Amino acid sequence: MTAINTGDTAWILMSGALVLFMTPGLALFYGGMVRVKSTLNMMMMSFAAMGVTTILWVLYAYSLAFGPDSGHGLIGNMENVGLNKTITEVMGDPGHQYPKLAYVMFQLTFAIITVALLSGAIADRVKYGSWLIFVGIWITLVYAPIAHWAFASQNGHGGWIVDRLGALDFAGGTVVEINSGAGALALAIVLGRRHGFKTEAMRPHNMPIVLLGAGMLWFGWFGFNAGSALGASRLAATAMINTQIATATAAMSWLVYEKWRQGKATTLGVASGAIAGAVAITPACGFVTPLGALAIGLVGGVISAWAVSGKYIFNYDDSLDVVGVHGIGGLVGMIGVGLLATTTVNTMGGSGLFIHGSPHLLWKELIAAVATAAYSFALTFLIAKLLEKTIGFRVSRNIELEGLDTNMHAESAYDISTFTTR
Amino acid sequence: MQNPRTTSAPLLRDKVNMKLIVAIIKPATLDTIKSALEANGVPGMTVSEAHGFGRQKGHTEVYRGAEYIVDLIPKLRIEILVDDSDLDRVLDLVIATANTGSIGDGKAWVIPVESVVRIRTNERGTDAI
Repeated sequence: MTAINTGDTAWILMSGALVLFMTPGLALFYGGMVRVKSTLNMMMMSFAAMGVTTILWVLYAYSLAFGPDSGHGLIGNMENVGLNKTITEVMGDPGHQYPKLAYVMFQLTFAIITVALLSGAIADRVKYGSWLIFVGIWITLVYAPIAHWAFASQNGHGGWIVDRLGALDFAGGTVVEINSGAGALALAIVLGRRHGFKTEAMRPHNMPIVLLGAGMLWFGWFGFNAGSALGASRLAATAMINTQIATATAAMSWLVYEKWRQGKATTLGVASGAIAGAVAITPACGFVTPLGALAIGLVGGVISAWAVSGKYIFNYDDSLDVVGVHGIGGLVGMIGVGLLATTTVNTMGGSGLFIHGSPHLLWKELIAAVATAAYSFALTFLIAKLLEKTIGFRVSRNIELEGLDTNMHAESAYDISTFTTR
Repeated sequence: MQNPRTTSAPLLRDKVNMKLIVAIIKPATLDTIKSALEANGVPGMTVSEAHGFGRQKGHTEVYRGAEYIVDLIPKLRIEILVDDSDLDRVLDLVIATANTGSIGDGKAWVIPVESVVRIRTNERGTDAI
């Protein structure tokens, strides 16, 4: 057995735990944002993502995403089915090696949160059993291929985005953010609008848990971004400080934009702004300087704050703004790489338009972003249509109006009446 | 043990001249009203939360980029039992303290009361106020 580097291994193990912690954070973030009658259903969708994805990851999904490329950089082969050939193997450069299982775990947590993110677009109206099946199909047909494209670097013969196109995506601007944003748009279109969309006020029912969830996401994001350095290194430190800078800056720039456009600086705005900033810095955190991160946070917060109103203009009910925050935020981040990346930060990275005057990298970033968005949107749309036509995807009008919690889960989020149950 | 009902006059014979003042008010005016009532010796009132609309039919608000109509506005309903002799004085007090001069100040109305019983002592009529 090859000796592993304990410092690097410890950081990757820790990062896996940090990123897993983001999904319960997302459950709180989303759960507080929906109306009280469907809170538990919203949170249960995130927990379903943790369950279903883990099972499939062991069985075959890790292999599809990260197994040896089966040609053309599109998908992994079946070498790692059942996590075969991962138990005693190591990965990483000489002197910086870590157990392959640490990587398997770390990448699993990315798959979990990506599919969980989609649930925000279809709050208050999905059959729970259909959601479980959707998670399984989506991880197989959408997440695994896109993760292979952009994350499975195999000495120039792996995924096409990372190894052949050479676009830069440090921690998942394509795989996690643009992918979830485009998929969310497809889901919102197929599922249709909630009853009362645009006429009733569908305000968050519990802002304190939204903030708690946003805080957990912010915290976990250090594992997500700095963990993607895959080592306890200078690069991890750069990714971590850049994550903090962009997240904090976007929280403030969203607030200022919102105060200017709509008159009030809201709690939901500061929470959404923080997430939009973390999203935007995700692909860029290991390629830009701290001042670059500041710029990406500033712009990401404002553009996402502007983009979330798109659903009222185009009439799709992306209930919790997955498209505006993750899809558009991820795109801002990919463009940010194309403009601001510098080899001063990362010699393995590249130089953006504003650094070297060449749009070469920017084009690559845009190709990666558009390909991811198009594939994710198309496949998600087909999967959702298939479920709708077979087992049904949306609950009945009555269940939606009464609330999903008591109807589907026999519970309610706040059982506080002295005189009645439920 | 004696049945308290048999020790009292029948309900119809309680009939005395009492009124119930009901007022729908802005929540922010409650403290002023309560202090004024206490300072003027009014012995009790009941407050409950209510939602409703009046002549201006609610208003629009903007939240997270969406404009929507708030047509059921949160209010408080206060109820005060008074003897007829106190009616004008207490009603004036309520009106004066609930008035902020802007729309949405609410309404007050007066309802005749058939009977009042204090549950613990079975006192009837004005004694029960």
